[in-house]
Amino acid sequence: MLKDQDRIFQNLYNDKGSDVSSSQERGDWVNTKEITDKGRDWIINEIKESQLRGRGGAGFPTGLKWSFAPKEVGSRPHYLVINGDESEPGTCKDRDILRFEPHKLIEGCLIASYAVQAHVCYIYIRGEYFLDGQKLQAAIDEAYEKKLLGKNAAGTGWDLDIYIHYGAGAYICGEETALLESIEGKKGQPRLKPPFPALIGLYGCPTIINNVETIAVVPTILRRGGKWFASLGREKNTGTKIFCISGNVNTPCNVEEEMNIPLRELIEVHAGGVIGGWDNLQAVIPGGSSMPLIPKEKCETLTMDFDSLMAEKSGLGTAGIVVINKDQDIIKCMARIARFYKHESCGQCTPCREGSGWMWRMLERMAKGDATKDEVDMLGDVTNQIAGHTICAFGEGSSWPVQGLLRHFKKEIEKRNNLDPIVQKKNNIPYLVDQHLLDKKNA
Amino acid sequence: MSLRRPAKDQPDSFEFNASSLEAANSIVAKYPEGKQHSAVMALLYIAQRQNNNWIPLAAMKYIAKFLDMPYIKVYEVATFYTMYNLSPVGKYFVQVCTTTPCMIRGANQLVEACKEKISKNECELSNDKSCSWMEVECLGACVNAPMMQINDDYFEDLDKQKTLDILDKILNGETPRPGSYRGRVNNEPENNRKTLMDLKNA
Repeated sequence: MLKDQDRIFQNLYNDKGSDVSSSQERGDWVNTKEITDKGRDWIINEIKESQLRGRGGAGFPTGLKWSFAPKEVGSRPHYLVINGDESEPGTCKDRDILRFEPHKLIEGCLIASYAVQAHVCYIYIRGEYFLDGQKLQAAIDEAYEKKLLGKNAAGTGWDLDIYIHYGAGAYICGEETALLESIEGKKGQPRLKPPFPALIGLYGCPTIINNVETIAVVPTILRRGGKWFASLGREKNTGTKIFCISGNVNTPCNVEEEMNIPLRELIEVHAGGVIGGWDNLQAVIPGGSSMPLIPKEKCETLTMDFDSLMAEKSGLGTAGIVVINKDQDIIKCMARIARFYKHESCGQCTPCREGSGWMWRMLERMAKGDATKDEVDMLGDVTNQIAGHTICAFGEGSSWPVQGLLRHFKKEIEKRNNLDPIVQKKNNIPYLVDQHLLDKKNA
Repeated sequence: MSLRRPAKDQPDSFEFNASSLEAANSIVAKYPEGKQHSAVMALLYIAQRQNNNWIPLAAMKYIAKFLDMPYIKVYEVATFYTMYNLSPVGKYFVQVCTTTPCMIRGANQLVEACKEKISKNECELSNDKSCSWMEVECLGACVNAPMMQINDDYFEDLDKQKTLDILDKILNGETPRPGSYRGRVNNEPENNRKTLMDLKNA
């Protein structure tokens, strides 16, 4: 288990309070000026050395992302945008940072803004977290009062203003370009990349977008050194991470742990074990709902980091672990996730807009045992038609969980669904077949 | 995509009152000059708060004029985002999370409780018109599942009986206490905490 002094979020459970003075006791805002005095290049290099990877799901190296910002500020100002639109089912880590460690985030914003030469920072928070956003706003107001923000913020000589922008219940706004569209006052529909936001982002200006957790760990990394952070976890998967363990466990919780920690240790030590014992485990979704599930056999030895989960054809994503035990109907669980994606598709690309609903309808039928034999293959076919054929990664996010289900629980589906195909002759117009089924009663 | 329709009965006009106007102006000031369109989402929230938690078409037209943008752009935004209510909801607006992490911990019982206490179907007002409920997608409190949101407050770690008690309270005009209903502190593992013990015991 990680030593307590190596935990970055000391106030994760709000033992101490989140105001400036108690944050200072935990080491925030102590020597911000010393850090910025070392210069931009030192900060970016130190972050590169720490091998910090973005905590929002994709795991892109943060130092590298910052180095994409133009070195000189031209006619267009630079912006820093913080992504706090945490909506991935199974994930609730950013909420605790906003509530209990706001000053880690605010100080991180100041350092990151200095590193990428931004004078304005927008923090995008999902609308449901209104009260948590109010707490962050109170922390921002306090920081302004104590001259930690505004002109010559914290004595660093850098001017920074932070504004909160509330979302309004759209999961897709967690995608960085959709988030920018949303801040610009439009529908949250992702943009094509390139151009990447680092060059053409918010209002057409260079913009760096980072997750809340990524930015909140930056001040601690710079204080304790990139080497310290890199010494935790393993090569390319370094540092600590807040894991959210939910679902069928005895004590669901958020806990900060070292990367590369065994999944079994997380579940048994921190989450109090699976309800009904380890043998009652059916599957685990390791990184928020869009990552493919992992069956019990593999959970025994699995370690939680970006690369080892990738090797299992899944991903760490946001590290929202959903434990599903044998009392649950796995097909129903996945059908509900498919319904989530059908609800949250922004409607811009046809494969995702139509396909997400199609997958949901098929899975609902499969859960009831109303599907025909040939539909199992058709479902796999639909997922392949969506993944990789959309503007943003939502296409992958919606089809991966279904692909995971097909990969590991195909037998279960086939056992339950053995109706003969309605169209006996094989033909290649799958949407017509689906139409037949829809016209059927109770389909 | 979710289906969203404006209400049939619409008021003829809408205008910000003094406090809304002040809030709106301070929000527009957050964004660079000429980029006042960015404020549309926040202004829709202000309109929603002023107008009993729903947005009439007149308010969208008013906001379009206020921000000097085409009405259809405001309409697009209001119909795209699901937190803008386009038809009247109860004074107490109950949202039950039923996405998988909540579902496998028994969110359907919360839905049953809402059906018993508030109304048979979602998005319908209760008999005394004070309350309505709906199923929503993940509210981002998965380790506190199952949970629901009433107006701005989160109610966590629920079961059917606790939900019935909470709904009884709001139907009687009382204000129930938000937070966990199993007495746990925030997101810590219940009676099983193994980290940061020095801080806990300090």
